[in-house]
Amino acid sequence: MGYEILGLPMAYYIAMVAKVVVVFVFVLLTVAYATYAERKIIGHMQVRLGPMRTGWHGLLQPIADGVKLFFKEEIIPANANKFAFLVAPLISLVPAFIAFAVIPFGDTIEIAGNKIPLQIAAYYDTAAGKVVDVNVGVLYILALASLGVYGIVLAGWASNSKYSLLGGLRASAQMISYELAAGLSIISVFMLSQSLSLHQIVADQAGFGWYAFKQPLAFVLFFICSVAEINRTPFDLPEAESELVSGFCTEYSSMKYAMFFMAEYANMVTVCAVTTTLFLGGWHGPLPSVLNFIVKVYFLMFCLMWIRATYPRYRYDQLMRLGWKVFLPLALLNIVVTGVVVAL
Amino acid sequence: MIVPLLKGLKITLTHLFKKPITLQYPDEKPVVSPNFRGLHALKVSHDRAKCVACYLCPTVCPAKCITVEAGEDQNHDKFAAKYEIDMLRCIFCGYCVEACPVDALTMTGEFELANYKREDFVFVKERLLEKR
Repeated sequence: MGYEILGLPMAYYIAMVAKVVVVFVFVLLTVAYATYAERKIIGHMQVRLGPMRTGWHGLLQPIADGVKLFFKEEIIPANANKFAFLVAPLISLVPAFIAFAVIPFGDTIEIAGNKIPLQIAAYYDTAAGKVVDVNVGVLYILALASLGVYGIVLAGWASNSKYSLLGGLRASAQMISYELAAGLSIISVFMLSQSLSLHQIVADQAGFGWYAFKQPLAFVLFFICSVAEINRTPFDLPEAESELVSGFCTEYSSMKYAMFFMAEYANMVTVCAVTTTLFLGGWHGPLPSVLNFIVKVYFLMFCLMWIRATYPRYRYDQLMRLGWKVFLPLALLNIVVTGVVVAL
Repeated sequence: MIVPLLKGLKITLTHLFKKPITLQYPDEKPVVSPNFRGLHALKVSHDRAKCVACYLCPTVCPAKCITVEAGEDQNHDKFAAKYEIDMLRCIFCGYCVEACPVDALTMTGEFELANYKREDFVFVKERLLEKR
């Protein structure tokens, strides 16, 4: 413990690595079991049982699925761009996970005299006596959210199939349309918190001063736009089987195919975590701090599955109209109204 | 526009708490209705098939899946020396049962007819005899 590297105690580095590992494993497990939860919840909403046969009430299903996918045959189309084809699933998977670096998932805890904030990219500044994190955390998340689409477009293009290409293009068009409205809708949050640091935004919402109550329109807009951005039902047009076979992942098989779906579920976790942080008071609440965060994130994930079980897929022109003609003006209007209220 | 959307969410949420109607098939088997048309059975009376080999069932069969050959026993009575139903062709219409003048043929509730070899789908007389 006496060692210091670059003026920081050894414990600091150990804590950082531990945080990364714990969060990564937790998110990975959540992703695996989100697939199970989704099948179960949608099953019961359709008065079915969902998976039942692998383990007690199908609890081992995600593991069995993983094992199956690893043993399936890998197919790479003869005329595909091999490098891009192989790297595309990774490009869509990685940004989904690294967005977690800036999300505060708990209060500061004290281990062996060192205060450690439960946020990966943050540290406790003993001299100043406060937590320092990435001061443009929200921009970082928005930037990463838009990176994920490269994987999808690349997958569509590299497959050398016109259906895949169309699926990829649709994904990018959809992403751009909704990223705008999502980005604009959270500006009102910054106007209230006067900060882009996620730690600061969460701190501002202590004691049920949630931005969801102060900015209900922004909350709803951001959540719906996020659903569209991560290509989830009812906005899952890039995968529209009926017209595009399977969209961007038509030519994919085995684990590479699964990676797109892991990315989708990881994105789901990220989006719910971001929404929780920005609008639902982050880790504040009656339970121990980390538990509050987990409960909120899981509730939002349940809502996404609930929405999926309820609504049919949007048509492409409806999707575009909703994004540009409804959500974008509403987000702008929200900024104007918030601005007037803040100024008064 | 928003109220119908919320109504939809309400419907799915109430369904979440309903008891699933799923039947876990290999463990739980469905109770078929009495007039279910499953595998055929030849009725037995006085220790032999009631069938008199009148050829009405192969005549009426639209799928031409029934093969009957008549034989004559010691009392000079006609009986079905060969009675075969090819289940790969059978469409389970039940005309054979309706056509039978001596009520020798019925359809049972047996529906697990999957098999591995084509030959296993040909049900000969011994396999069709009513199980008691």
